[in-house]
This record gives sequence, C-alpha cells and structure tokens, in this order.
Amino acid sequence: MRITVNGKDEIVEKGMTVAKLIALKKINPSSVIIEYNQTLAKRKTWDNIILQENDSLEILRFVGGG
Amino acid sequence: MADILNIGGWELTSRLFLGTGKFSSNRLIPDVVEASGTQVVTVALRRVDIDFEEENIAGYVPKRSILMPNTSGARNAGEAVRIARLARAAGCGDWIKIEVITDNRYLLPDNYETIEATRILAAEGFVVLPYMSPDLTAAKKLTEAGAAAVMPLGSPIGSNRGLKTKELIRILIEEISLPIIVDAGIGRPSEAAEAMEMGAAAVLVNTAIATAEDPVSMARAFGQAVEAGRTAFLAGLGETHNKACASSPLTGFLRE
Repeated sequence: MRITVNGKDEIVEKGMTVAKLIALKKINPSSVIIEYNQTLAKRKTWDNIILQENDSLEILRFVGGG
Repeated sequence: MADILNIGGWELTSRLFLGTGKFSSNRLIPDVVEASGTQVVTVALRRVDIDFEEENIAGYVPKRSILMPNTSGARNAGEAVRIARLARAAGCGDWIKIEVITDNRYLLPDNYETIEATRILAAEGFVVLPYMSPDLTAAKKLTEAGAAAVMPLGSPIGSNRGLKTKELIRILIEEISLPIIVDAGIGRPSEAAEAMEMGAAAVLVNTAIATAEDPVSMARAFGQAVEAGRTAFLAGLGETHNKACASSPLTGFLRE
C-alpha cells in the first residue's frame, strides 16, 4: 500500500497505524507532531489511525529558528 | 510607572525577543534565555529527517517564555497559514511570526503574501507578528489586517549588518500606531540600543547571539543594550547641532 511520508512515496503493510509507523522508524513519539491528511493528529489518536492507500503524513518537529 | 510593552493582551517587561536558530547546542538555550531576560522566544517547524534524530527544541525553552513559532519555509500566504494552524494545534499558543520568503539570496519577505496571511490568521484569533520589508504602505495594510505588531528588517536575515534600513524604520515608528519591532540584521548590542533609542518597541535578535564566541554573555549584553536604549528613548535625547555648544560656562574666567 502506497502512502506519502514527508513528501516521499512509501510502501507500508496493510493495517499499519501511525503509532506503529513511528515506532518502525525509531522516532521518539514525544518529540514530533504529525499532520495526517492536512490535519494535525493528536498523539492519543495515533494508535487508532489505520493508514489507507494514498494517505499523506507529515512528521514534523520544532527546531531552532529566528 | 512600569514600562510595559503590550502585545496581543500580553504585558511584557523585556523588549528583547530571542531567536533560537544556529546555536551550537540547544543546551545553551536555557542559559541564553535567562541571561537575556527575554520573555518571547521564536522556534521553527520542520519535517523530521528520518535518518538524523534531533531533539525537539521546545524542551529547552523555559516554560514561562511565550513561544512564537515562525512560518519560515512558507512561500505564500496559504503555506504560512497552514504552518500557523499546525503550530497552534500542537500547543504553541496563539503567537505567530509570519515569514513568507521566496527570495533565496537575500531572504527578503514578500509583503503582499504576508499581508494576506496576517488577515486570515488575525481573524482566527492569532497574535500575528509579521516580518516585513520596511514599507509604509505595507505597514498600514498590516495594521488594517489585524497585526499585533510590525517587524521590519534592519538588514538581511543573519547578516549582522545592523540598521541599513534605518530611515524607513524611523518613518514606520513615526507613522504606525502598532509596536515596531526591528527583526533581522541586528549584529551588535549598540545597534539594538540604537533601534530602541529611535523608539522601536522591541528588537528580535538571533544570529548575533547564537554565533557569538560566548552566546550567554552576548545575550546579557543585548539585554542591557535594549534596556539602555529604551531608557534613553524615554528620557528624551537632546538636540543635535552642527556647531559646538559649550558645556561649561563661557564667562567668569580667572583672567577676567
């Protein structure tokens, strides 16, 4: 199943959730925010979001900036 | 009477805003914030690089600080609005620094798109602080659009070249009723003091502190300079003259 993560195509297994994908990528969940199909997904919903074909995820983080 | 800067309903006693980019380590940030006395701290929002684990900067900013996420990376009003909404939804609060840039060489802001983004976000209840090229017409339109302050650049971002746009900033201070916050280009404390002496409401400093040999001491120096400049502005600077005006009495010499 093809989805877009940070602008790049990725193939993920059927049934993959946002929480599992973050764990798979070894990302510390407390350090990122996730936009799921153009809307912010609160952390407590990550277990329940089952990714579908053509879904778009942006995995973002606050960094230093002026 | 306390000298309070009121922005979006917040009462600030420090007139130095701090950017958090380019520090050699995020661990410096708590000490820099403390030494500068700042109450407003900017951060940026970026895609995570999956192959390069970074820390979230928000963990290094003292909880009492007002977080002002910027919309850097936005190339038009729509992208700036999207970043602003995400930052607020992520718990950053209502403050947003609008930064819309398409010019990659000088990083000069697009005033037209900035005005549009300001209008949309102010209507959504954001405290909007737009970064702009100093221009009186644009500043008036930002005021009408609901900006909480106007942030003209002193010189290009990160250039440390000081107040190259001084005359245009002077005009904004004179003509615009909103707080004028000089953002970008201030390279040394004396330039921050100069902006404050002119009547700027505040200054935003990042590169000059972050790239100093000792950022914590430089943060302290900027805090002192901003205070000195502000006090001088309130005290009312004396007039300038082309010819000498003796400071000592010109009568009563010993030979008379």
